[in-house]
Amino acid sequence: MSNLEAMVLAREGLVTPETATYREAISRAIGDEMRADSRVLILGEDIGESEGPLKTTLGLHKEFGPTRVRDTPIAEEAFVGAALGLAVAGYRPVVEIMFADFIGVCFDQIVNSIAKHHFMSGGRMHAPLVIRAIGGGGLRFGPQHSQTGESWLLNVPGLRIVAASTPDEAYGMIRAAIRDPDPVIVLEHKALLGTKGSVIFGEAGIRDLDTPRLVAAGENVTIVASLAMVPRALEAARQLAESGISAEVIDLRVLRPLNAQVIVDSVKKTSRLLTVEEQGVHGGWGSSVVAEIVQQAFDYLDAPPIRIGLPDTPLPYSPPLEDHAIPSVERIAQAARDLIGRSI
Amino acid sequence: MLNDRSTGVGVDTRTEMVELFTTMVRIRKFEERVRSAYLEGLVHGTTHLCIGQEAVCAGVVAVLRATDYLIYTYRGHGVCIARGMSMAAAFAEIFGRRTGVSGGLGGSMHLTDPELNLVCAAGIVGGGLPVAVGTGLAAQLSGRGQVAVTFFGDGAANIGAFHESLNIAAVWQLPMLFVCENNYYGEFTRIDRTTPFEDLVRRGAAFDMHSVAVDGNDVMLVKEAAADALMRARAGAGPTFLECRTYRHSGHSRTDPAKYRPAAEVEAWLARDPLLMFEQILLERGIHEPQELEQIKAKVLEEVVAASREAEAAEWPIAADYLGCAMVRT
Repeated sequence: MSNLEAMVLAREGLVTPETATYREAISRAIGDEMRADSRVLILGEDIGESEGPLKTTLGLHKEFGPTRVRDTPIAEEAFVGAALGLAVAGYRPVVEIMFADFIGVCFDQIVNSIAKHHFMSGGRMHAPLVIRAIGGGGLRFGPQHSQTGESWLLNVPGLRIVAASTPDEAYGMIRAAIRDPDPVIVLEHKALLGTKGSVIFGEAGIRDLDTPRLVAAGENVTIVASLAMVPRALEAARQLAESGISAEVIDLRVLRPLNAQVIVDSVKKTSRLLTVEEQGVHGGWGSSVVAEIVQQAFDYLDAPPIRIGLPDTPLPYSPPLEDHAIPSVERIAQAARDLIGRSI
Repeated sequence: MLNDRSTGVGVDTRTEMVELFTTMVRIRKFEERVRSAYLEGLVHGTTHLCIGQEAVCAGVVAVLRATDYLIYTYRGHGVCIARGMSMAAAFAEIFGRRTGVSGGLGGSMHLTDPELNLVCAAGIVGGGLPVAVGTGLAAQLSGRGQVAVTFFGDGAANIGAFHESLNIAAVWQLPMLFVCENNYYGEFTRIDRTTPFEDLVRRGAAFDMHSVAVDGNDVMLVKEAAADALMRARAGAGPTFLECRTYRHSGHSRTDPAKYRPAAEVEAWLARDPLLMFEQILLERGIHEPQELEQIKAKVLEEVVAASREAEAAEWPIAADYLGCAMVRT
């Protein structure tokens, strides 16, 4: 079900949204799928009785026990690779990577084993598994514990990569990811874990994993963002509105395979494109989005697109430096003004 | 820890011994045809032969059930043939044809067949071990006495995935058999230059895992040790590390003439060819007459020739066979 359809149902009183935090939404998504399908199980570090170092498996160990909510050694390569073994043996494993930075530890298993298994078997085997990776900066975790990892796997065929920016999305996308027949990387953001939002739980809350989503309509500029940059882009759009600039905000949400249609349609209307990502822009998804727009809507552009992201350095620890590095609401708004000022 | 004496586990009947011999001959003849086909230009890129190591895969696979999982390596043709993969489909895969087990998408390093639970052939050294742990967990959860068996070489014993995987298998007491095919060379480099000791069985013991080493060229010993390990695994006694000491007769891959190996070492191992060793046992014990063995070989050769011909005549895949096939749902 699309978000829009769910909102219509909610308005008609057919489903009742609840307020929940992002981390509650994650836990409930996994729990609801585990209840619905006995093949679903979750593995990760400290996710059992401790309910996750970032509390993203609340209540699961208590309800499902240590067999299906399984603490692993600190060994990402082995337990992420094990997810593939479980998947080919008929299970629907979910693995939690405590910090998305640790994707580096299990890169080989993701890139060479998991992503290629279906293909290398000539389509005779499937790899339905979910890798949840909690990433992102802003919490002063320093260079090795603050990365979103969004683009590290962008160029790997065989993977679906999605990014959740709200509690509702976290719930709906994780449930959809567990049901998906392919390996899905679900990127979560730790700065969002405590944020609250309206969530439609249950079957009606299951979201698509196919396309970006329009989150604010506007006329003058299109802002594409992901993860924690989405709420910042929305706030920038609010500020821009005060100065008479109408910004359309799109949550990219599905990084791979990239379906740019929603963005193309938007740019055809606004004629200006700004991408905002919490990572370096070179080789980032913003580059792919800009390339798609240049290929598909070049004639509609009134200004060269702008990509903003982190400077070309690791994310620093010190609060004023980290705050400087991550695109702020003000920087996003200024970039949008620059785009309009530059327009021909 | 070296097991060089029969414990009487899995005492073999005459029929079983014929089957075992036939399996080894089938692997040898298959690999010999892969080698000649390579020279004819039918095999592309590279290929990794297991000639000289047949006793390991034949001995282990002989004691498995249909429901057990197999995870192996790019040097995995022998495992697949022993398990009963169609030779024609295996050749076709290696020749890059549409009728290959994976339609030509995987190739020589990635022969798999889910119907035979041949679930993963890792092209990355040690890459199969984590996957094997997952099937081991699935086997444990199923409660049906399944076992996950994984083959890997001495080179894999130095990669991180090996240590992570053995550790998990031991701590969760998974029903698994880790078959270390120690052929003393990780690619082009001898084990004494890469590893502080050659008896890799110690690596298993380091994880508090039941660990056994056997002469990997003696198929009876391999089979017996595997049978014992499988019995333990099915009984819930946890994983076994089985080091099989063996030797590949040719280089690492088809582009490697293996000139780095001392002549005396090669000679000594060639004299211990696993097929010749088993043949001697069969003849000495009066189980077979020489002409019977020759008949088996001739029959296998016919099978191999016919399978290869079928694969050589098979059509090439077309672009539509791979485009859009990276995912189930595109």
